[in-house]
Amino acid sequence: MIQHLVDGILVGSFLSLGAIGLTMAMHILRFANFSHAELLSIGAYCALVFDKLFESLLPILAAKIGPLSMTGALAISIVLSMAITGLSAVLIDRFIFQRVRQKGEELSMVFASFGMALIIRNIIGLVFGLSAELYSKDIAFAMILSRDPLLLVKPDQVFVLIAALILMFALHLVLSRTTFGFSLRAVAENPSLAQVHGVNLKRMIAAVWIIGGGLGAVAGIFYGLSYQITPVMGRDLVLPIFAATIVGGIGSVYGAVLGGFIVGIASNLALVILPSGYSPSVPFLMILAVLLVRPNGLFGEARA
Amino acid sequence: MIGVISYLVFFSTIAAILAIAVLGLNLQWGNTGLFNGGVVASFGAGAYGTLILGGTPQDGHWGGFELYYPLALLGGMIFAGVLAWVVGKLTLRLRHDYLAIATFGVAVAFENVMRNATTVTGGAQGIRGFERPLQSLIGSGFTYNLMFLIAVLTCLALVYVFLERLTVSPFGRLLRAIREDETAARSLGKSPDKVRLAAFVTGSVIIGLAGSLYGTFYAFVSPQDVLPILTFQIWAMLIVGGAGNNKGAMAGAFLIWGSWTFSGWALSRFAPVEVQLYTGSIQFVLIGMVIVGMLLWRPQGLFPERLVVSQPGGGSRGKTQAEGLT
Amino acid sequence: MPDAVLSVENVTAGYVPDLPILRDVSVTAEREKLTVIIGPNGAGKSTLIKAVVGLLSVSRGGITANSQDITGLSPDRMTSAGIAYVPQTDNVFRTLTIRQNLDLALQKHAHASERLSELYKRFPVLADKQRDKAGSLSGGQRQFLAVAMALAADPVLILMDEPSAGLSPKAAEEVLDHAKQLTSFGVTILLVEQNVKQALKRADHCYVLAEGRNQIDGPATDLLQDPALGRIYLGGERRVSA
Repeated sequence: MIQHLVDGILVGSFLSLGAIGLTMAMHILRFANFSHAELLSIGAYCALVFDKLFESLLPILAAKIGPLSMTGALAISIVLSMAITGLSAVLIDRFIFQRVRQKGEELSMVFASFGMALIIRNIIGLVFGLSAELYSKDIAFAMILSRDPLLLVKPDQVFVLIAALILMFALHLVLSRTTFGFSLRAVAENPSLAQVHGVNLKRMIAAVWIIGGGLGAVAGIFYGLSYQITPVMGRDLVLPIFAATIVGGIGSVYGAVLGGFIVGIASNLALVILPSGYSPSVPFLMILAVLLVRPNGLFGEARA
Repeated sequence: MIGVISYLVFFSTIAAILAIAVLGLNLQWGNTGLFNGGVVASFGAGAYGTLILGGTPQDGHWGGFELYYPLALLGGMIFAGVLAWVVGKLTLRLRHDYLAIATFGVAVAFENVMRNATTVTGGAQGIRGFERPLQSLIGSGFTYNLMFLIAVLTCLALVYVFLERLTVSPFGRLLRAIREDETAARSLGKSPDKVRLAAFVTGSVIIGLAGSLYGTFYAFVSPQDVLPILTFQIWAMLIVGGAGNNKGAMAGAFLIWGSWTFSGWALSRFAPVEVQLYTGSIQFVLIGMVIVGMLLWRPQGLFPERLVVSQPGGGSRGKTQAEGLT
Repeated sequence: MPDAVLSVENVTAGYVPDLPILRDVSVTAEREKLTVIIGPNGAGKSTLIKAVVGLLSVSRGGITANSQDITGLSPDRMTSAGIAYVPQTDNVFRTLTIRQNLDLALQKHAHASERLSELYKRFPVLADKQRDKAGSLSGGQRQFLAVAMALAADPVLILMDEPSAGLSPKAAEEVLDHAKQLTSFGVTILLVEQNVKQALKRADHCYVLAEGRNQIDGPATDLLQDPALGRIYLGGERRVSA
């Protein structure tokens, strides 16, 4: 039971990171982006490529950091992958979503995002193959936190949780302390008023994609560190991430953080009562439950 | 020669079944502006519902009630309708992304449950032991398939006529009014939520009918038949045909299903063996490109039909759309 | 030629290209004067202001502000052109605090902190509540915050869309008085009003729009007596004299 709770918190850390970008883009661009989870895949594979590259170019970077299975090469790769994934998100918006947006209605955007998800996911599969990849082939040994009840945690998982929390705190500081953060929130609330006060809408939209892509990349890499990297990880993560945004309330960054942890914990706790085969259905059940009890989520506002 | 004709009959049967589903989706998206990310859930509900109700009892799992076929067919459609009603009831009054996410979720959960609830659905093995109606009379050969195709085409025609009538009926006008200007419709004392729910459920029942026919044709259904790709294929059919256009939707169904089958055949025939493993991925990329490409360059579809402007003089929106089509 | 800060010349504009709401409208706002645009509902008053700040596209005609052609300039360039706009509703960011609202409006100001204390001095109520969410303000206070945000970037011209709408009579008068006061600090004001009598009392010049076209214009004091005004309002005579 406690093991499930701990695992849930760890899963929550990367779900939250994924959900933050999704909720921001959904709020500002007013569409449910079903290709958001593919940014996690792009990030994970990007880091994989750089990781292998650095390890072969500079073998010194292949050494592990402390008890982690993480290496110096991977640490640098994370930063590069964040940048590249953020940039890909901006480019996908520029060349696809922005054009569809100008032509059609909100619904076309949702369809286009599904189309993009299919394309990205399967191109990754074609390039990297359909089998799973790992950052490190070594088996990471779990630390025993307590014997009764038995509680196991891998050092990597602790790192993932702490790093995720640090990133979220950094984002919180940006949103609550800087005029750039105010501008982002202003655009989300009222784009035309924000523009009238000198906020450049296009730049803010690009910023949202960079943040969403960057955090998504980290989420994907952390998912890869905790499990494995596969071309279909986006397909498996898209519903839990959406569930996190709905639990938190669409548009609320803090809601997304909390929602991610709630969905992570609930999915793991559900395994106590449900056979594990049913775990893909849990996010959907949570969505239904939230819609029944509190349709606008924990922090969301009603908006037509 | 017989082989070609027999293949054409088989191909047309599947394409016509999918065309029925596309028509159902068109009522939701084209006429009402509702997103359905879980077409496959309605389709699967129809297939599973019919096979569970109409099949013969099987060892190891529940179901197989051997119901009279029309009742089993109807049961499958009702199952699809109830599922849609639950999702619609919860999401239609909220902003549109909720419907998108919830319908997508229902499809994921549906496939998941069908795979795991072995005692009801046969799990990954699926449901067998269904006897196709009248098979004992006609036999299972070419004649049966031909008769089945005729039956499916009749269903398609009936659904088409029903939807065409519906669009010009007061209900159809209401759908358009709500789509064009929800506030105005509300102020006229119409409840947009109820009307939309009715359209959503009706569309899902039609998709359920397609699923029922599909299950009946193969006398078998498994989780492999309710994978998300089916949703994307059906969308591509509607996008290619042009949302809002019933004739285009049917043409889109035949065109996309034709391209899908052909590309699969061509890849397995001509591609090197190491590429063949990736046939699915290549086809999925192609479907994705059809969806995105159409939305980018030809959002009105390949078979444009002049839109009926709702009122004389028309809303500005209807007018600009019609102009874009010529 | 009087010193015009804003001149709108023969502008045709609307939300959809083929459906102009404004037809051939011309309006001038003179330096450090309060100019009012009145007219019945649907006359195109708000449309005019939105067309000036670039929130909707102008299909014909031209707009000059500060001897700079601003026709078709994107809304986020308006502050640098010295133009500020106070919308009728949703004119503050409710989810941000008052301080954050002001910081946002001040973000391109060279001396933001000095400007902030000036604004706080002028609107003490905002200073008191600076940590509160703007959504918690009363209608009148919210209007003051919106005006303060508009003033933040030291604009030459402020466009206001029905600043007194939805306010109590007292708060409405306060807000309009404040608008009038601003002209003595060197700001030019163009405002759209439904509250005809109160607005005309304070205005220097007035335009009447109806059905998207110019009807009459003249010094506000003259118009207050003009019987034509009542006719345009269709029985609004009572309203004017009320």
